[in-house]
Order: sequence, then structure tokens, then C-alpha cells
Amino acid sequence: MSDGTDLSDKDVLGLAESWRAGGRGVAIATVVETWGSAPRPVGSHLAIDDTGHFEGSVSGGCVEGAVVSEAIDVIADGKPRLIEFGVADETAWRVGLSCGGRISVYVERLN
Amino acid sequence: MDLTLLRRLNQARRDRQAVIRVSDLATGADRLVFETDLSAEDPLAPELTAAFRSGKSGMIETADGSKHFLTVHVPPPRIIVIGAAHISQALAPMARIAGFDVTIIDPRTAFATEERFEGTPILPEWPEDVIPSKLTLDAYAALVAVTHDPKIDDWPIAAALNAGCFYVGALGSRKTHAKRVERLQANGISEARIGRIAAPIGLKIGAQSPAEIAVSILAQIIEALRLRPAYLAVSPETTGAAQ
Repeated sequence: MSDGTDLSDKDVLGLAESWRAGGRGVAIATVVETWGSAPRPVGSHLAIDDTGHFEGSVSGGCVEGAVVSEAIDVIADGKPRLIEFGVADETAWRVGLSCGGRISVYVERLN
Repeated sequence: MDLTLLRRLNQARRDRQAVIRVSDLATGADRLVFETDLSAEDPLAPELTAAFRSGKSGMIETADGSKHFLTVHVPPPRIIVIGAAHISQALAPMARIAGFDVTIIDPRTAFATEERFEGTPILPEWPEDVIPSKLTLDAYAALVAVTHDPKIDDWPIAAALNAGCFYVGALGSRKTHAKRVERLQANGISEARIGRIAAPIGLKIGAQSPAEIAVSILAQIIEALRLRPAYLAVSPETTGAAQ
């Protein structure tokens, strides 16, 4: 069912909690808006720690690298950021994603 | 987000509670709203109600122009079927296709065999022996009782009504149901709760075969899930009022 809890999502938030409880710096990225054929639905999460480890998915691989580097800045300064990505057609084609989607990702620090 | 809020959120999800995290993306301020605590006074009450029903996360814009993001967490809906009958054999695969978790309970071990229900978990036990130890009844569970046997059906029907299951349906003619109502009343179940039982079970589509009856039951379950009140009260005297 479309509203069913995404199991990977559950794991991501659980993992973020345990990472933070274990003393790591943690950021959570969330897909907040999509346009066109975006690969991951609104509400999808990516958890990132201060060494660049991440779990989850906001795009199915297309923009995770960029989100992780933003997240490391967010962990450092604590300021949330809203980042917009256009999934370039060529890139999307290469990694096997649907073309032409755009996503907006909110990255915040877990305090 | 702070760790305390995330802990509460994760706990709620483990407890199968519906909860929304409301975030103001401009300020980073956030709060959790539990479906059971949603008040009509909440400035976002209509949006939150709609979000609990649809289960979909999304951006909303308030009258003052500020943007809020709703991260919606609702537990996966489940259907607990009492009775490993022909109807259940048709209902289980259809319900799974529609995205429900389905479990069958029937103490009659001749019926409750894995061959008859490929791919659906079966508990060949009395309902009162597996609820709640193995399965929890809650606002995101539907109970379908189809054994025709009061010894098997009555207890889980009462338990489902008391737990605020979003749907409680019981197979049987009007006459059978009238007797069931008398027994439930004798067991102290309130009129309001008894009134929530879908009986005769299923939408009126003239269903005849077990498979057609299963379609009518599944449609009725979906109707109950998608059109339910935002807060289906579980407390004793408010259940009826919430309908």
C-alpha cells in the first residue's frame, strides 16, 4: 500500500538515532519536493555521519554524493539547508534512472 | 531535529502509532503530532487530518505563507482473518496485492494448513492464545471473522472493538448477527462499539461466490481505512461519538 511504512526509511531513522546516541555527528536529509519523474518519493531519508558514512536513499544514487558533502557542512555549522537538484538527463540515463526529474532535499543536523 | 524527538518518533513507529513530524523549513523548528492527540484547535488540523488519511508526506503552505514539511509515519495496515475458510483463501492473496499484511487464525487445524494458504502466515490456534502475544490489535488493524462459530469468533470481535480496530466485520445472516449482538451485550460491550461491526459483512455488490464475497469485504476494508475519522477514539465512551 502506498502509505505503508517504508522499511528502509524505518532503518534509516533508527540508525540515525543510534549513531547520534553513540556520539557521532549526524545529519538527516529528506526529500521534501519532487517534480517530474523523481526516483525516490517525498519523505525518503538519508542519514549521514560526520565521517561521510551514509544509509538510505534520496535519489537512488544520483545525488547522494552531493548531499553527503553538504551534510558534512551542516553537521559542522548546524544550519539546515534546502538543496535543489535537477537530475541531468545524461546522468540519469547512465545510472538507469527515469529522466528529467528534479528533487528538493532538506538537510538538517541531529542535535 | 533533536535526538529526544527522534527517539519519540522511532518509539511511536515501533508501537504502530501514527505520527507526523511537522517541520518549519525556514526556522528548523519541529514538533510531533500523534493521530490520537490531534486536536481541532491545531492550526494545521485539516492538513494533518488529510495527511493521516493518505499516509503521504508532503509540503504545505500556511495562510501566512510559511512552508511546513509533514513527514507522515503511519503503520502498515494489517488484516487479521479469523477462520481459514474459502472466503479467506480468496481474501488473503487479494488483500496482499492491495498492500495489506494478512494473518489467518483458526484453531481448527484441518482448515488452517499452509497448503491452503500459500504465502499467508497462519496461526492454527485460538485467537485468545495469540492476541496480543503474537499479534496486536490496533487502529491500523482490521478484523474479519468468518468461522460462523461463536466460540471462535466472539472473543476476537470483542477484542477488536475494544482496541479500536479501523474495521471489524463478521460473517453471518441478520439473524446470526442479532444473536451475536445479544451475546456481546451480555459481555458488557457498549452499543456504540457493537454498532461498528460490519454485518452482514462486505459492501452490497450482490456477491455470491466466496471470491466475490472476498472482493466485497476487501472493498469495505479499504473504504473504512481511507474514509475513517482522523481520530478513531479507543476510550470506552467516545468510540461511538468518533464515528
